[in-house]
Amino acid sequence: MTLPLTEEQDMLSRSVAEFVADRASLAQFRSWRERTTETAFDPTLWREIAEMGWCGIALDEAHGGSGLGFSGLGLVLEQFGRHLSITPMNATVLAGATVISLMGTAAQKKQRLPAVASGELTLTLGWDEGAHFSPWSIATRAERVGTDWRLTGVKRHVEELTAVDQFIVVAREASAGREGLAVFMVPRTAKGVSVVATPRVDARHCGTLTLDGVMLDDTARLGGVQSGAGVSAAVSLERLACVINAGLAAELLGVCEETFTRTLKYLKDRSQFGKLIGSYQALQHRAAHWFVELQLARTLVQEALLALDKASDAEGYLQADRLSSMAKAKLSQVAELSTNEAIQMHGGIGMTDAFDIGLYIKRARVLEQAYGDQHYHLDRLAALEGY
Amino acid sequence: MSDAFRDEVRAWLQAHCPLSMRVAPPEISHLYGGGRRAKAWHPDQPAWCASMASRGWTVPEWPVEYGGAGLSREQVAILREEMRRIGAQQPLFSFGISMLSPVLFKFGNDDQRRRFLPDIARGALRWCQGYSEPNSGSDLASLMTRAEDQGDHYLVNGQKIWTSYGDEADWMFCLVRTNTSVPKHEGISFVLFDMNTPGVTVRPIKLISGASPFCEVFFENVRVAKENRVGEEGQGWAIATYLLSHEREMISSLGKIRHDTDPGRRALDIIGTDESGRLRNASLRQTLARYQLDAAAFRLWIEHGERHPSASAGMGAMSSAVKYYGTELNKRRNELYLDIEGAEALLWDARGPAGEAWARNWLRSKGNSIEGGTSEIQLNIIAKRVLGLP
Repeated sequence: MTLPLTEEQDMLSRSVAEFVADRASLAQFRSWRERTTETAFDPTLWREIAEMGWCGIALDEAHGGSGLGFSGLGLVLEQFGRHLSITPMNATVLAGATVISLMGTAAQKKQRLPAVASGELTLTLGWDEGAHFSPWSIATRAERVGTDWRLTGVKRHVEELTAVDQFIVVAREASAGREGLAVFMVPRTAKGVSVVATPRVDARHCGTLTLDGVMLDDTARLGGVQSGAGVSAAVSLERLACVINAGLAAELLGVCEETFTRTLKYLKDRSQFGKLIGSYQALQHRAAHWFVELQLARTLVQEALLALDKASDAEGYLQADRLSSMAKAKLSQVAELSTNEAIQMHGGIGMTDAFDIGLYIKRARVLEQAYGDQHYHLDRLAALEGY
Repeated sequence: MSDAFRDEVRAWLQAHCPLSMRVAPPEISHLYGGGRRAKAWHPDQPAWCASMASRGWTVPEWPVEYGGAGLSREQVAILREEMRRIGAQQPLFSFGISMLSPVLFKFGNDDQRRRFLPDIARGALRWCQGYSEPNSGSDLASLMTRAEDQGDHYLVNGQKIWTSYGDEADWMFCLVRTNTSVPKHEGISFVLFDMNTPGVTVRPIKLISGASPFCEVFFENVRVAKENRVGEEGQGWAIATYLLSHEREMISSLGKIRHDTDPGRRALDIIGTDESGRLRNASLRQTLARYQLDAAAFRLWIEHGERHPSASAGMGAMSSAVKYYGTELNKRRNELYLDIEGAEALLWDARGPAGEAWARNWLRSKGNSIEGGTSEIQLNIIAKRVLGLP
């Protein structure tokens, strides 16, 4: 009963599924997590993904994109979620390209978005400074030094930070709270930049980015120095979080769907007491409840992505913002249900590293935490409702 | 074209829907049910029903020849939206429409459709459902009410229970056993008869909500003409399960009939806020947010199904998913209102700002996950028919 895909979306979804099963599958995940190099992801794989046109999927055609919108990007992320594909998609495309699209000048977009679409340029966003997403708690400073800027601060839990070409950093220019923030593009080679990678449960590279008096000129500031035109940085950042959360919800949907599919198969394969375990009502009822929750989860992801594709004014973004928070909250809940039930219903084998099902819970919790977990978004939804 | 239709609907509703009908009744049982003994809870209900029926809008998607308006799916959606927009009360609450009519369209013969459908559309006859029996609840197919073949008619003996509005209904659609020598699912037939037929006795059952929407119905040598059998003899179980999928949809949509006060607003009014403007009770605030998230997701899910017929293909088994989630959600909503309203909600006659009978609605909602197949039965159906579990 969820929305049917358009012909174009259906084709996209199939081709991503086919590609991922072949090139970015669990086998790739397993071999890649054993890597000893500093490389966060497989650059050959990333080039192939770019050649398929998926790096620019949500970008307009003028910037080398295919104009399939966030609904299109969501379908790609969903398949990546199903296979735990290790790519810089979230960091570079979902977060990086989006913030440039939202805040960049025409020149900044022209210079970078086609390069993202072609796979030549990889990006990552440095926003968080603590353990919980707190969008306005920014201590990283951007100070005016003559006609330049000096950035000083520490960004935590930055995705793929050992391999990307550029960092995009949220910094404070003035005052406290929501206002006074700006966003800067920082080349990884800039003087004063240092990164420390920290192993994380999902086997991706993430870590701490330190900016120690990094000097940048005005071209590094998204939107240039003539701010005041258009919407404020705070509003753009809110829209950015909205896009990112809808995308993360789409990847979580893939995790939920895959754990469900695999577990359902297991219930039909595994016998105990001389019967298939799927014949026991205790497990049937839990599987059926899980299935219904998945339907609601998919509905919200589709609605959030659709609302983002439609949003063109403040009212449209408000609608998208609400749906995106709803999607992220719900998908976080359903992902916890899915990954926990998957392990429990598999029994002991589900706890082993050799068996795939236990890998999903690790990716799910990382995705849930990023840009606000369910408690963050429920709290936000309550506030949006006025209570 | 749809804009022109919307304008027409809007203007017509504006002219014909009295202000008194632009409000939900305090309880679902106070919707107008029509019938020979029609009970109006508000004096304007019969006329509102009649004017809607004159447009064919009590059953807008039905063909005109049976009393409908022959509207497209899109037009029906527009009509419902426009009715919702002004809070128009559902003009006719009818098991004839929600449960029997799909059966007559699919399994009935031309004669039966012509005889019964126009009266259902106008609300001239009120119908009740003879399904459950004292020893056949979840295991409905074990039903024992016998229909003996007497040539041109059957002689029916036995008992039904949980018959909603049995005391107000004119006719019953009823499952009877016409063959005891075959497996239980194969010996059932689906028959229609007048509740005034000699040998039919109805006794209301008082519920925990204080109301008596359910009845026991006893049959003693009740004559039912064979022309009132729908479908073939022995086809009753297929018809019963087909009807049940429609009943499940109807029950899960009951929560939508009332336009209750927004629980968030209500909580703010009653419980108040702390210095940061948040609802004073953090635990209630979280319960409220979780409920509203799930309720919104459920609503959107249903809307997807309504807007995209292809998306709801295979709705038969999916109606179990809708019924399961919708009724559990409705129970949560009623518990939430109790949490918000506090001790006031436990007074029998307390009414909310939109006239909600808190206590009665809350108690009545406990039946939602039992009637039409319990939540556990719905989960069984999903597991077997949708998920293919053994």
